[in-house]
Amino acid sequence: MTVKTATGAAAALPKAGGGSAGKSFWAWLNKRLPVDQFLATQVTEYYAPKNFNFWYYFGSLALVVLVLQLVTGIFLTMFYKPGEATAFDSVQFIMREVDFGWLIRYLHSSGASFFFIVVYLHMFRALLYGSYKPPRELLWLLGMLVYLALMAEAFMGYVLPWGNMSFWGAQVIINLFGTIPGIGPDLVLWIRGDYGIADATLNRLFSLHVAAVPLALLGLVALHLVALHEVGSNNPDGIEIKDKVGADGKPLDGIPFHPYYTVKDFVGVAVFLVLLAIVVFFVPNLGGLFLEAPNYEPANPVSTPADITPVWYFTPYYAMLRAVPDQRLGALLLLLGVLAFLFLPWLDRSPVKSMRYRGWMSRSALAIFVVSFVGLGYLGMQPALGIYVVIARILAALYFLFFLLMPFYTKLDPVKPVPERLVYHAH
Amino acid sequence: MADHAGVAGGDEVDLSRRKFLTRATIATGAVGTVFAAIPFIESWRPSERARALGAPVMVDLSKLEPGQMTLPVWRRQPIFVVRRTPDMLKRISGHDGELKDPKSKDSEQPAYASNGVRSRTPEFLVLIAICTHLGCLPKQRFDAGALSASWPGGFWCPCHGSRFDLAGRVFAGSPASVNLRVPPYSFPKETLLLIGADEKGVAS
Amino acid sequence: MRTRALLAAAVLALAACAPARLPAAEEEGAKFGADWESWRADTNVSDLASVQRGARNFTSYCLGCHSLKYERWSRLGADLKIPGEVLEKDLLPPGAKATDYIQTHMPAADAETWFGKAPPDLSLMVRARGKDYIYQFLATFYVDPARQTGVNNLRLPTTAMPDVLSELEGLKAAVFKTEAHPGGAAGSEQAFDHFESLAPGRMSLAEYDGFVRDTVNFLDYVSEPTQLERRQLGVWVVLFLLLFTWLAWLVKREYWKDVH
Repeated sequence: MTVKTATGAAAALPKAGGGSAGKSFWAWLNKRLPVDQFLATQVTEYYAPKNFNFWYYFGSLALVVLVLQLVTGIFLTMFYKPGEATAFDSVQFIMREVDFGWLIRYLHSSGASFFFIVVYLHMFRALLYGSYKPPRELLWLLGMLVYLALMAEAFMGYVLPWGNMSFWGAQVIINLFGTIPGIGPDLVLWIRGDYGIADATLNRLFSLHVAAVPLALLGLVALHLVALHEVGSNNPDGIEIKDKVGADGKPLDGIPFHPYYTVKDFVGVAVFLVLLAIVVFFVPNLGGLFLEAPNYEPANPVSTPADITPVWYFTPYYAMLRAVPDQRLGALLLLLGVLAFLFLPWLDRSPVKSMRYRGWMSRSALAIFVVSFVGLGYLGMQPALGIYVVIARILAALYFLFFLLMPFYTKLDPVKPVPERLVYHAH
Repeated sequence: MADHAGVAGGDEVDLSRRKFLTRATIATGAVGTVFAAIPFIESWRPSERARALGAPVMVDLSKLEPGQMTLPVWRRQPIFVVRRTPDMLKRISGHDGELKDPKSKDSEQPAYASNGVRSRTPEFLVLIAICTHLGCLPKQRFDAGALSASWPGGFWCPCHGSRFDLAGRVFAGSPASVNLRVPPYSFPKETLLLIGADEKGVAS
Repeated sequence: MRTRALLAAAVLALAACAPARLPAAEEEGAKFGADWESWRADTNVSDLASVQRGARNFTSYCLGCHSLKYERWSRLGADLKIPGEVLEKDLLPPGAKATDYIQTHMPAADAETWFGKAPPDLSLMVRARGKDYIYQFLATFYVDPARQTGVNNLRLPTTAMPDVLSELEGLKAAVFKTEAHPGGAAGSEQAFDHFESLAPGRMSLAEYDGFVRDTVNFLDYVSEPTQLERRQLGVWVVLFLLLFTWLAWLVKREYWKDVH
């Protein structure tokens, strides 16, 4: 008997029962939540270029590190006690008296540094292959917002142990806001919540670090992935694979993300875990780069460490700050150094995306940029004396010239012809 | 396999090898995940600080008068330490019929407290002062006749009315179903009581 | 040929990196202490006997002023495999429980009055300053009549700490030489040249060197008691992860045969 609807057509009723119990549960679920559809469109029938190389591991690795930081952070928060009088002691409590507390702590502190290694390599990939060029400008901007949120998160996290470097690092960075004309000093007082870096500051940074910024990060990462899936991935040849589709409507030079890239990314994750384990279990301090020696002494408002330098991932911008003898201009330069990346999609006028097909001008510019970024990073860790200052100024100039001259050298650059199809070597 | 220029199936693919390798890797990954979970689960165990604060507690019995009770704390739990008089000891027997668990078969106590007086020595009673119903602190009612004409003396819980005798055994009609628990304890000296450690060592 | 040259170079390089220590015997005309800045602690936390000796040294000579407030006596006993009775009898101060944190008896307020600065807690000092720093600090005290404590220190000039180990090491004086300012500025300055022994102590130079290194080794252990466990566990974790990497790579290679 067919049930008819008001219009007389046959009604579409749910099938009674299913094959196995599993199948019918899955069917029940899919009627209410688009699980199958999601898996198909995002994973098993989402096509990615087949020529991904080494530089394409770092997106999935960034996700892995994010999960690592969230899990270890959640567990640390179970034992850490925010507050001037208790924070430092609670970290020692975690290290010595909580079973495996030392492991959870080292995973979190090493994870923070690895997060930046992964993210910097991830960003570099975009510079190599023009992954910020249309239609991926918004993808790039969202990624930059993730980067900014990450920097805020790392800075606040570093204050929490309330070591001497935590204190003085907070002092220096928050004082930077004082350089803003007009509202500066009031703003600093408002951020601190006290007349100096104090309990009030620590507690609000704790709340932001544990709750607010992680939520923002999750949202931004989700948007970043949605934007990526909307336009599809770029690739080392800078060719849009969607331009050449087969009879089935799928890109000829694409392969389904699952199983090919799930399987490949697994190897990347495994190698990453080996490196992480070597650091966590054998060199967690990494000679003072990952965990700085002055931070093993409690915060002391009347005793500044001999050299106040931020953790290594901020040192390029710190070097720019110190390169300028004027406090206000130095702070401005630091800000511009970070924000410069935002303009890349519009500064780059090259007709070609990937460095593989660009000419000597773009390649040299990128090489010089890398040298200046790494060089500034090194100089940011040294005391600002003598020849270091001179070199920092030169490198800072080169850093900004990379962006400022880009509209010109990318237009003049003698590019090579871009092939029709992806270049792929079986491996 | 999909008939697609980028992906070709068929001749070179050894499906059984593929399945085996995938399963081996997933199995190894699962083992690794279990091992990775261990530190996080272990971190919830009582910390070194909790274990130190939960170390055995020494009580000086020389100050305790016969018939008196003191209430030290061991591992955040109050402990009844009662110095029973001969009269109190007499009042432990004679009402087994009114008890839910006169032989302490369902109750918790170390071997040396499974006797009629539920303690190592008749003189000193050591009980965890937490009502076995819902956890309140019972009050002492040692005098005969204090609660009713036939009351032999013992403990009374104010929350829901559970009653226990002078060996901590629960009376019928009480909401509690087992006797008051006995912690591990020992006497390093005659006048010293060590709560939390006995022949087996420190309680885990 | 090339491999041999490389090997020779490697051996030479390693020899050059060998830690400089206090000389076992004073050589004729040698300038003892001239190379003090290159002295290395060269200690190994897994040398249990050394750490045990260091614990004994610390309780005898340092605990009077310096606390180890993050370390419990019971933890010390367990990690250093010191039997409970020995811990109670020889190490625990009277009145202290095994589970207590290692505190000094000197009241902080009095310490500030006497020394101008409360002696710092040493639980994390090796992490904060490095073991070489502490080794050099304990090895470069010299007599200085101009100071209230009668001594000064090369590693930490104008230190408020008296030379508590002088009965073991003996007393030494620092000989300075006049030198031009580095960098060519006008005038001259006093630069340290070498030490001269003034009076012997109970220990020979080699014995004192061992004493200091054991103590530094102990402080290294205290700054992170879990470090031995960490390294041991690490070996297994890395081995397992290498196995997993290999398997994952095999799976990847297998699936990617599809891709042309």
